[in-house]
Amino acid sequence: MNTLSLIPALPLFSAILLMVSAGRLPKQISAILGVGSVGLSALCVAMVAMGFMADGQVREITLWTWIAIEDFTPAIAFYVDGLTIVMMSVITGVGFLIHLYSVEFMASDESFSRYFAYMNLFVAAMLLLVMADNLLLLYMGWEGVGVCSYLLVGFWYRDPDNGQAARKAFVVTRVGDTAMALGLFLLFTELGTLDIQPLMAAANSQWQVGGTLPVLATALLLGGALGKSAQLPLHTWLPDAMAGPTPVSALIHAATMVTAGVYLIARTHELFLLAPATLEAVAWLGLATLLLAAFAALAQNDIKRILAYSTISQIGYMFLALGVGAFSAGIFHLMTHAFFKALLFLAAGAVIHCLHHEHNIFRMGGLRTRLPVVFASFLIGSAALAALPFTSGFYSKDSILLAAWSLPDIGPTLWAGGLLGALLTAIYSFRLVFVVFFGEANTEPDKQAGWKMAVPLIILCVLAAAGGWISQPLDDVFPAQGHDVVHVIEYIGIAVPLIGLLLAYLLFLGKQLSLSSLTESSMGKALQDFWLKGWRIDDLYHNLLVRPFTGFARLCRNEPVDLFYNSIAGALRWSHRSLSSIQTGELRWYATSMVFGLIVLVAIMLRNAS
Amino acid sequence: MGGLQIPLEHVQVLAALLFSCGFLGLMLRRNIIFMLMSLEVMLNAAALAFVAAGARWGQADGQIIFLLILAVAAAEISVGLGLVLQIQRRFKTLDMDTANRLRG
Repeated sequence: MNTLSLIPALPLFSAILLMVSAGRLPKQISAILGVGSVGLSALCVAMVAMGFMADGQVREITLWTWIAIEDFTPAIAFYVDGLTIVMMSVITGVGFLIHLYSVEFMASDESFSRYFAYMNLFVAAMLLLVMADNLLLLYMGWEGVGVCSYLLVGFWYRDPDNGQAARKAFVVTRVGDTAMALGLFLLFTELGTLDIQPLMAAANSQWQVGGTLPVLATALLLGGALGKSAQLPLHTWLPDAMAGPTPVSALIHAATMVTAGVYLIARTHELFLLAPATLEAVAWLGLATLLLAAFAALAQNDIKRILAYSTISQIGYMFLALGVGAFSAGIFHLMTHAFFKALLFLAAGAVIHCLHHEHNIFRMGGLRTRLPVVFASFLIGSAALAALPFTSGFYSKDSILLAAWSLPDIGPTLWAGGLLGALLTAIYSFRLVFVVFFGEANTEPDKQAGWKMAVPLIILCVLAAAGGWISQPLDDVFPAQGHDVVHVIEYIGIAVPLIGLLLAYLLFLGKQLSLSSLTESSMGKALQDFWLKGWRIDDLYHNLLVRPFTGFARLCRNEPVDLFYNSIAGALRWSHRSLSSIQTGELRWYATSMVFGLIVLVAIMLRNAS
Repeated sequence: MGGLQIPLEHVQVLAALLFSCGFLGLMLRRNIIFMLMSLEVMLNAAALAFVAAGARWGQADGQIIFLLILAVAAAEISVGLGLVLQIQRRFKTLDMDTANRLRG
């Protein structure tokens, strides 16, 4: 069982080593440490997973008691079941590939070892999050990944805009995290434990389905999940988080951290099953987010922002799946999404790397022949993202839509919304492919991707293409969900992405259809601008929250207590200035004042003596 | 003893005059060499006062202090001349007012 504790310990150890060395290690050693620790961790995960496949036993290990205050004794303990195995495999497997890719991507960066220190710390925190046996330890991992996300978004901190994006990511997710902390408090006061399995059992035995407490507790947990997973209304940080290096976006803002919310809901699904109202809200929020983000992705010009909005949209699908009770479909989509979105981000990173930090897709073009490996990766990634038949994304999205359809009452509406989202997904993803890789070349690549970039891309291509056939060991974790296979629904699900592909082809490659009449009109222009700015939600928040708050802060700036302390500081500053003004630096002046001081002293002494 | 006794007051007045001359020189001259010389004058004025006082009361203390002052003066002048050389080398001048980089 020792392998289990090694899994998060290895990246953590490497992170500490890299931090303590403070960049004094040569780049090669930093790279070996950074990549090797995650690789070893992945090997450990593989060993644990193989053992789990063989016997199907849940693995538990308690390392030590973390805190002990009367009844409150959370332990540093790991709980590994099928869900954890899936998450750990994604984190360490995809994480290892992204680390390997980073070695080349970041090769010329001066803060090379700082990058790997943060990345390893992130992997350790994320592993802690998914392996945690109690919600408090999970919360520690949850905050740990938040900190690493902040550090990595603001990695190139010399540009103030990046720092701004990092702070935004941190503060917006903090809103959700606060809700989650309140949820944990509520769970502990009501049920008396935070250990996940006893907690679920206690909730099942003490709470009624649809009662107030379960709805309140799950709503608070949902708040945390919304913030971390960038869902409406807390999604605004993710497009800005693209300020970080591209492999960071691939690892944190596509494959792992942003899916933590999905994991949280799946992990506590028994609570959510007690609160059907929250579960329905999850579904509607997921649907709203996936449509809103898909529309926004249509109008973006920045290659990374397109992918960011697409990530928000795909996580919307996962929430939709959770909301309709298809937990394993949601986790399945989480896994396939990790494959194809990491692939897309890494391919986009290769494009950006080879084109000298160009982000605007309309200044690219014709890269099909110039960057063949990247083109193939992008094609496979986009096909999986658009859920073209037989790619990994097809199977996962299909099972989500099918589960949505089979829900009574609201099911067909959710299904139709999801289908519209699938159409939009196909259009925006192939718009990206056609604009970047076909057409006329606008910028020549000045270098090619080396093997450290190409190998992860190729492996992820295979996973994105064939990941749909991986079977997940989730049967024991989630309640079984049987639904009738309706063939018509399946055929529609196959046809819609193909229609989207055709539309994208006609619009952006063949030019048989023209959007110019639409985009030239004032209405079209306004709409495009509206979507480009992400439905102006940022402006809304700025006017609604940020400006009143800064106004209030300005008002509070001169309150009496501060005035008192400021006056002390002012008096000290004034006396400092007047005292330092007599320090003229002239030796004769010093000698003179010494002698006159002496005369005064002697005079006083003589007067006292007489 | 014997011979003409110079009254102690006269010597003390002379010492005070010498001391004031040295002090004025220290205050008014800007050349560091003259400032050091003024310091010597001030030291010697003090020494003279001690010697005269020692002679007045027939005690050896005055002359011991005089020897001590000689030693102090020698030490002071050796350090002072070292400083003069450094200042000349660094500022290319002996004007002390230019060396005011310690201004607060």
